[in-house]
Amino acid sequence: MHIPDGFLDPKTWGTLYGVSGGTTAFALYKVRDRLEGNKIPLLGITAAFIFAAQMLNFPVAGGTSGHFLGAMLACVLLGPFEGFLVMVTVLIVQCFFFADGGLTALGANIFNMGIVGGLLSYYLMVLVKAPLSRWIGEKKALLSSVAVFSWVSVVLASAACATELAISGTVPFHVTFPAMVGVHSLIGIGEAIITTGALVVVLQSRPDLVDAYKGPALSPSATAGEVA
Amino acid sequence: MAIDIKKNLRENKGLWVFLGVMLVVAILLGVFVAPWASSSPDGLEKVAKDKGFMKKAEEEKPAWKHSPMKDYAFPGVKSEKASTGISGLVGVLITMAAATAIGLLALGLNRLHKRKAPTGGPADAP
Repeated sequence: MHIPDGFLDPKTWGTLYGVSGGTTAFALYKVRDRLEGNKIPLLGITAAFIFAAQMLNFPVAGGTSGHFLGAMLACVLLGPFEGFLVMVTVLIVQCFFFADGGLTALGANIFNMGIVGGLLSYYLMVLVKAPLSRWIGEKKALLSSVAVFSWVSVVLASAACATELAISGTVPFHVTFPAMVGVHSLIGIGEAIITTGALVVVLQSRPDLVDAYKGPALSPSATAGEVA
Repeated sequence: MAIDIKKNLRENKGLWVFLGVMLVVAILLGVFVAPWASSSPDGLEKVAKDKGFMKKAEEEKPAWKHSPMKDYAFPGVKSEKASTGISGLVGVLITMAAATAIGLLALGLNRLHKRKAPTGGPADAP
């Protein structure tokens, strides 16, 4: 759902540049103390993985395709603000090197896919996961809330996108909102499957690398690296 | 502060193997799967076409005209599949470098902050 140039009016994209720019500066400030050690290579590789996965459009109903967003996965693996910065990086690279998403709309795209689909959806997920964890255990709670909220992240991002189109006067709210949310509630199913699948793989092999996982290390080899 | 790469590799072998595998998977997806991805319009493009506002983007000159791999096509490569695959590889490497750079920027800000802190309060020095 990368918005191209021409869909948004200056007051809308200007405002969203401000919001996204401010959030990016705040995120850089927030992650400062958490990037010691080996977290930076993980940041780079996660961004590379999300870039590649975003190229893989899968068909959904009615001659439409959708692709993986990855904001929830990035936030869950790295922490919310690290995940947000990864999304900012991916969107900037897509905009400048691949003409995917317009330059004027970059702030809006960061807002939709990084703030709404990333930070906001992540914290909603945590709100549900925390009480669930006491009830069914940390691992099950994390996987089930991530499955639901990775779907929510795509739907919320598309709702934000439709709202911006309406505010810009491009297309009336009642026309685009149901259409955008409708098609993205299908695309969101793909998002939930890929995010949960990828999380299962990482939890099995390196649970210590999942920032949102607060349970015990599952495999003894996982902590071996940290002893030294 | 120099970083002892060999020591780090030895002590965190599992992590580096994991990262290597993840990078290889990303490259394989970008190079060998992306060329066969669906070329149907995505959710927003489809809605824009159906509701008749796609022309707003088509009429508008892009604000940034120098994207070297517009629409994920590597310039000068005739085969469409190879063109997408190469742009996937280049994109994966650029994205990795850019995210690493942002991480290093944040780390640099942190080091700067820590270095400034003690000189900021000389009265606290023992």
